[in-house]
Parts: sequence; structure tokens; C-alpha cells
Amino acid sequence: MDKGLHIIVLIKQVPDIEKVKFNVEEGRIDRSSAPLETNPFDLNALEAAIQLKERIGGYVTVISMGPPQAESSLRDALARGADRAILLTDKLFAGADTLATSYTLATAIRKVGHFDLIICGEKTVDGDTGQVGPEVAEHLNIPHVAYVCEIKSATLDKLLLVSDMGDKYLIEVKLPALITVTKDINTPRLPTLRNVLKAKKATIEVWNANDLAGYGEVCRFGLQGSMTTVFKIVFPSEGTRKGLIFHGDDAVEKLVEVLRERGVLRLESTD
Amino acid sequence: MNQPIENGVMVYAEQKKGIVHPVSLELLGKGRELADKLNVELWGILLGHNIKGKAETLIHYGADRVFLYDDPTLEEFDVVRYKHVLVELVREVKPQLILMGATPLGRSLAPRVAAALNTGLTADCIDIQIDDKGEIVQIRPAFTGNILAYIKTRSKPVMATVRYRVMKPLTKDPSRKGEVIEKPTPKIPDTGLKVLGEISTRRVNLAEADIIVSGGRGLKRKEDLNMLKELASILGGVLGVSRPLVDEGWVSKEHQVGFSGNTVKPKLYIACGISGSPQHIAGMRDSEIIVAINIDQSAPIFRIADYGIVGDLYEVIPKLIETLKRLKKHE
Repeated sequence: MDKGLHIIVLIKQVPDIEKVKFNVEEGRIDRSSAPLETNPFDLNALEAAIQLKERIGGYVTVISMGPPQAESSLRDALARGADRAILLTDKLFAGADTLATSYTLATAIRKVGHFDLIICGEKTVDGDTGQVGPEVAEHLNIPHVAYVCEIKSATLDKLLLVSDMGDKYLIEVKLPALITVTKDINTPRLPTLRNVLKAKKATIEVWNANDLAGYGEVCRFGLQGSMTTVFKIVFPSEGTRKGLIFHGDDAVEKLVEVLRERGVLRLESTD
Repeated sequence: MNQPIENGVMVYAEQKKGIVHPVSLELLGKGRELADKLNVELWGILLGHNIKGKAETLIHYGADRVFLYDDPTLEEFDVVRYKHVLVELVREVKPQLILMGATPLGRSLAPRVAAALNTGLTADCIDIQIDDKGEIVQIRPAFTGNILAYIKTRSKPVMATVRYRVMKPLTKDPSRKGEVIEKPTPKIPDTGLKVLGEISTRRVNLAEADIIVSGGRGLKRKEDLNMLKELASILGGVLGVSRPLVDEGWVSKEHQVGFSGNTVKPKLYIACGISGSPQHIAGMRDSEIIVAINIDQSAPIFRIADYGIVGDLYEVIPKLIETLKRLKKHE
């Protein structure tokens, strides 16, 4: 680990968003209704780390905060090429908003010690905030580049990146730094069977709040450290659309007619 | 004017090359409403270089005061530098609420500012309200828009990024008076970031389109997109696609509508051969009028459509093009 980049990848285990069900009466998400998977964007983050390691050498540590079952995502990350996996799990970490989550992750990174680069997915499919990455960077007082869609070049002390902010920018960042990556950056590889078997036997380090106590303030973890509260969940009604289906040979004419009535067709001649 | 009173509502005015992003003007409209309800001032904050003239614009759109930082070091968006400036101002004037556009820039900058201030931040809000107790309520879609979460923040300032095109700007009023406060830009040492330049500008901007004609897996070949392009062109709209077509490499990601692409809110959205996965619907459900053309009557897209045609898009689209062309000739 003394040669190359020490890269930390932050991953999250999330419910498969296509299958998750909602308990409308109780106003909550039934997380047990959907199988768990690694947040898809995080697989791009991991792949970016593995590719950098292959290019210039290095060592990849994956960190995940979550319930004990998040271990399976970490094992999958090992099978895909990560070298070390750390699970942050404790009841004290639960109920965290992005501020408390990022603080806890940053505290764990301080405990890890030396690092050159942190890579995160641009957002998670369940939280959909994209906030944790930049917040971790701020807690650690390092620069960050969000929405990285290409790593043009990498050395042991700086990266040349393309950041997709709608318009694309070429940005140079000195290490240590944090980047968040978009899905465009790469196509994550699948783990080989051999590596899956190897990862099954690997050790996942488990850290709880006590283990982090010397590196940050425990009162900033979890619910206690969270500043935002969801106090109500509403299911938007979908019944407001007309749902008018046109049939038959004149379906197209009927559609055009109704769109004209609603004033959305601009048919004035342009030539 | 007097010294700014603490507790104001602050809107971060995003600009690029001196052009203020429309979401910032929308936020001034919303911010005006909230500031009036809370009986406080509305502030704008503007960072950049050679942008002095734009400060007045923010006043015309509703701001009482504008804090202006005009400095060569702020020419390019350096997130760490911008964060320093914002944090310094927030500590000085102590706003109770900070609103930023949920643009890529806002979603990169806001979390850094929030973490520095150790305050809560709510992403991608579609509404901000003041409840009976005078507390700020932030509303955001979650789980690909299947639920709306109502959120309160117990720290100050409350911070939120807000989705583009959900708030209405005020009508520009050049007679509105306010105060522009030119602030010295703090000297900030090397941030580790160097913006070397813009390498490509977005050619299509789905987020701002009024009419979008979108294609999905119902299309058999890349060339068939031309049909949709023609329809879009007749309607004065732009081409959108669902994710599979981007994955196939048929079209660039700029055209992608959905959770991992663009969130759009056009006046008219025509979905052609799109079944309507939750990810796709998350990106277009707020369109004013949704039209679905699909061969499969049970496709989920019909459940959120205003109008639909169940049929083969290879028959329906050419007919639609022909009908519109005929109408165009007559008018």
C-alpha cells in the first residue's frame, strides 16, 4: 500500500427501487418489500477506483455505513477488486440525515488515516440527494469535484477531470480530494467466480460508534447529529390525469384536435 | 437603508458569464413570498466577475438587498472558493433560510456550505411553506417521486436546493428599489482546484424545453429516431429518450429523460414506445400534458398519461406527422 494511490470508495446498500413497496395507510416505505443491492452509482465509483489502481497502482478501501446486512455489499465490492472493507454499524448511527451520515463517514476516514482520493457515486437511488459526497469533503477540509464523467489523467498528486455540470468543464484537482462520479464514467465489471469465492472468506472489519469516538464527536452521529426531520409523508395522487385513450382509424386526428384545444400546438408556418 | 436585519431569506443567484440562471429568478419570487410571510428582508447573493449590472436585476425580481462579490478570482466556479465566500457572509448577516437552485452547481455547492455551517440541507425541493407555527416546511419528492416528504430543519440557517421550473418568478419591475452592497472578496489561498475551461456546451437543454418528443425501447433501429426528430421539429420541440437508447449508444445522454438523466417539465410530453419504468416516470411525471403512444395497452405509461393511442408507433407517428404537416399548410 506504500506505492500508488490509496483510494477510499464510499458505498451504500439500497432497496431495489423498482420493487420497493409503499405502505400508504401508515405513510412509510416498506424496506423489507424489495431486495437489497449496492447503490448502482456506487458501482461506477468502485470501478473508477479499480481502474485507477490498475493504471497507476494503489490500494482500494471500501466503507459503508448501514445495518449489519450491508456486509453483503462490501463483500461484493471485495469480489470486484477492492482490497479492504469496513462496515460502520451501530444503533447510534441510525436515523442519520446527510449531515450526520457524512460526518460519520468522515470520522471513519480519519480513523483509516492516510488517503489520497475518495470516490462516491453522484447520488443514491433511495435518498437521491447527492449531498453526502461534498459534505464529506467539507468535513475533511479537502477539495471536491462533483459529476465527474471522465478521468483524463492521474498522477500520485493530481487528477485531470471532466465534470459534467450540464456543460462540461476540464478541472485539475490536487490530491487529497474527493470526486463524485456519474454513470457515464465507466461500465462496472462483474466479479469473477474466483473472486466471489475469495471474498466470501475475506474479513469485513466492523466499526461501531465507540471505535470512532477518538476521531470525532459521537453526538454528531445518527439521529442526534441530524438537523432535518421528515415529519410527514404524502403519496401524490395519480388520478388527476385524464387517461383518455383514442382508438380506431381517426385516433391521430382526435389526438391532434384535443391538443389544439389545449393550446399546446404551435402550427404557424415557419417558412 | 439600514444595516441588514438578521433572519432574512437569502437566495443564491447562480450566474454564468453574466447570465443569471432562471431558477434563481424563480427562487426570488418564492423567496419574496416567504420573506413577506416571515416579515423579514429578501436578500440575493451574487458571485462572479464583471457582473455588477446583474445585481439590480435581482432587485427588479424581488430582492431587498443584494450582496455582490465581483472579483477576478470568482470568474470560474471554484466550489471551495465560493463556499468560503458564502460561509463568511452567512456568519455575518445570519439568514434564517438559504435557497439555491437544484442545478448541478447548486447541488455541488450547497452541501459544502451546509456542512461548513453544520446545518441541515434538503435536496431538490418542489415547495417551501411556512406552517401555522411560523416554521419553515420543505417538501421534496423521494423514492423516484412515489412519495412526497415534508421536512423541517432544527438548525439555522435552514437550507434547501429547489427544483427548476416549479416556482414562478415575479414579473420584472425595473422601478423596484433595493440596495446593492458591494462586498470585498475574501483572500482565499490555493483551494486545490483549477478550472481549466469549458470543453463542451450542452446543445440540447431538455430542462427548458416546452415540447419534448421522447422515444424508448419500442424503436427498432437507431435510424427510426429520425421520425421522432421530425415530429419534434414540426412541433417546435426537442428529442428526448429513455435510458435504454442512451445505453445502446443511439443518442447522447443530453437527451435522456429520467432519474439518472434529466428531470423535465414541458408543456407537452409525447412518449413514443416508452413503457414507463419508475425511473423514466420520475423524470417526466410533472409535465403539463402527457401523451403516450404504445402498442401495449397495459404499459404503465398510460396510467400517468392525459391522452393515449394504443397502436404501433411505426403507423401512428408517420400519420401524426402527416396530419400536423397538413394542418400547418392550411394555417
